[in-house]
Amino acid sequence: MAKKVPMSSKKVKPAVKAAKSGPAEVLPTEDFLWTRKDLLGLDELSPQEILHILDTAESFKEVSTRSIKKVPAMRGKVAALLFFEDSTRTRMSFELAASRLSADTLLFTAKGSSVSKGETTMDTVRNIEAMGVDVFVIRHSQSGAPHMVAQKVEASIINAGDGSHEHPTQALLDIFTIRQRLGRLAGLKVAIVGDIAHSRVARSNILGLKKLGAEVIVVGPPTLVPNKITAMGCSISHSLDDVLEEVDVVNMLRIQFERFGGGLFPSLREYHKIFGMTSKRLAKCKKDVLIMHPGPINRGVEITSEVADGPNSCILQQVTNGLAIRMAVLYLVSQGSK
Amino acid sequence: MSKIIIQNGRVIDPACGLDEVCDVVILNDVIDKIGQATKTDARGAEIIDAKGKIVCPGLIDLHVHCREPGHEEEETIETAAAAAVAGGFTAICAMPNTHPPQDNDTAIQYVIQRSAEASLARVLPVGCVTKEREGEELAEMGLMCEAGAVAFTDDGEGIADAKLMQRALQYASMLGVPILQHCQDPSLFGGSMNSGPIAVRLGLDGIAGSGEEIMLRRDLELVERTGARYHAMHISTAGSVDLIRQAKSQGLPVTAEATPHHLLLSDAACMTYDPNFKMNPPLRTMDDIEALRAGVADGTIDCLATDHAPHSHEEKELEFALAPFGIISLDVALGLYALALIDTKICDWPKLIERMTAGPAKVINSNLGTLGMGCPADVTVIDPDKHWTVHVKNFVSKSRNCPYDGFKLKGRAVMTIVDGQVKYRL
Repeated sequence: MAKKVPMSSKKVKPAVKAAKSGPAEVLPTEDFLWTRKDLLGLDELSPQEILHILDTAESFKEVSTRSIKKVPAMRGKVAALLFFEDSTRTRMSFELAASRLSADTLLFTAKGSSVSKGETTMDTVRNIEAMGVDVFVIRHSQSGAPHMVAQKVEASIINAGDGSHEHPTQALLDIFTIRQRLGRLAGLKVAIVGDIAHSRVARSNILGLKKLGAEVIVVGPPTLVPNKITAMGCSISHSLDDVLEEVDVVNMLRIQFERFGGGLFPSLREYHKIFGMTSKRLAKCKKDVLIMHPGPINRGVEITSEVADGPNSCILQQVTNGLAIRMAVLYLVSQGSK
Repeated sequence: MSKIIIQNGRVIDPACGLDEVCDVVILNDVIDKIGQATKTDARGAEIIDAKGKIVCPGLIDLHVHCREPGHEEEETIETAAAAAVAGGFTAICAMPNTHPPQDNDTAIQYVIQRSAEASLARVLPVGCVTKEREGEELAEMGLMCEAGAVAFTDDGEGIADAKLMQRALQYASMLGVPILQHCQDPSLFGGSMNSGPIAVRLGLDGIAGSGEEIMLRRDLELVERTGARYHAMHISTAGSVDLIRQAKSQGLPVTAEATPHHLLLSDAACMTYDPNFKMNPPLRTMDDIEALRAGVADGTIDCLATDHAPHSHEEKELEFALAPFGIISLDVALGLYALALIDTKICDWPKLIERMTAGPAKVINSNLGTLGMGCPADVTVIDPDKHWTVHVKNFVSKSRNCPYDGFKLKGRAVMTIVDGQVKYRL
């Protein structure tokens, strides 16, 4: 076996040098010690911690290539997946990641607000915690829900997307994929296009990319792009065409149809015309531009099929990498100090 | 016959322009004398030594949610009145957003009766402007006035309809009572904290200050047309302070209040998603805090009011956006105001006391808020040098939704006298 997978030591040595080419990036030192019990967002992480997660994921990637795709890193531990909000790929990705680490998993799903069902989030969590849980993975429609839980329980918390706030594992897998494809992060220009106002993916990406030295431009109509987002270190453009030539990555966000009813933009047709990623627009980009999408895709709205399925797209690679990122995060927080 | 003499305190009565070391003689339920108490005065009197203390008219809080009827698990008229006297307040105004709302004379009488039974701070009822607090039809303001309502408001909501607001102002002017407005345009509402970079970062929908200012601007136009008395509740932005200042310079009959939290805390406090920093209007920016403090100092803001809003632990143990608005501070407000205004040297004690006595009394045309001869004997004794720490678990109020736990304060009420009777002694 070529690559060594971390088992239980708190000192995790990056087994693989991350970038095969490109300028040298700050890599975690050999004696880097991961101490966090929770992963609530990229806002709280240092650049070194982010790189440490990426490097840990790098070493976990190999597990998925084995014939027996399992390591005992979390054997005897329980990971409870609490999905208070619908999710398909994130939930499945976490489920598979936990089982590849040999953890036992519990799955809780609730449609809509738990309050409308009469049980509060905290009550649900305390009940499940009473069964003996080591890690909670929480997806919630309310911003800050994982933070509220983290203050009140002993177990580790991983934020799997909270309201419009953060989606740290999505951003980590996006950043991982960019590094894998383009060989570097520092100095890159990344456009994030769409409903920035309500996007947790956008926020986590802005925070993470900025910390690793990339430049971020958010693109969309003013009704979907809060002007105060510049306080997070990105710039704003209301014209996709204006930025295409200069960017290395275009991350197209899903247009959430539920927002459409709110009158934030006039029609899908108009949106597609102004902000949709088409072959014509792709032709204006750098030759090796990377086209990303966190999924699920609305084909023909924010992105056309030619682009989504074309050579510049890394949409499926993102999903593959998501598994390694989630294995890394589950592993690290379960080793973090209580 | 009962007699109390409070000796050697620094007696501050802004309504009379008084600030000197002397005695206050209380005979039964009225102020009998301010000056040197004689031996005759002292005969049979309880003597209270107030050396080094401030003796002032009983503090008044225009903005308290007593939650009774409807949410007695959070607060009752009695527990609110008890928290009030513990905080040095001798009179509080009970907001009408109860369940059912205080929108008729019977409901007003109920508050008065429960206040009398509690026999602690005076609980002065405020009636709804509209029936069922629905913002559609005028409530029976005349009958409520006769029953003892001191003002009208739909607090919790602003009165959105301009025509209805104009009528309310016109009608209230006949009754000689003010309309207290919660300035918030409903179409610009929908978030859970101040809109700005922090809300964007936290992924929480924002409540822009413009929603407050747009309604205030409109109301000032209506006040100019009707000449009616208007009071802007809990103003929270620098823009609102400017609007009130401008209206006053034009001579409009306008008053305004500010809360402890808007004078002390900014929206940065929401970073932890703790719902004890969620209130309506929301915490704004440092610039707004400075403008509000300056407004209190120059008299643009006439009075200080807590917006004491009790909520149960269960309700506040929710996600930030789902938790209800409001925090409590009646028990500790005086020390908080001192922290915001005196420790910062923005106000001195006479000015702070004016904003808590004569200021609010003027808003509701009350004979309270002064130590004038023959006035009701509502008196607060303050130790301005007392250092103390807020312990929310020890509150007299029934609820605990308070963000000030552990705050170190200077200045505290040590005795509260209502109607000539000592209701609280530290």
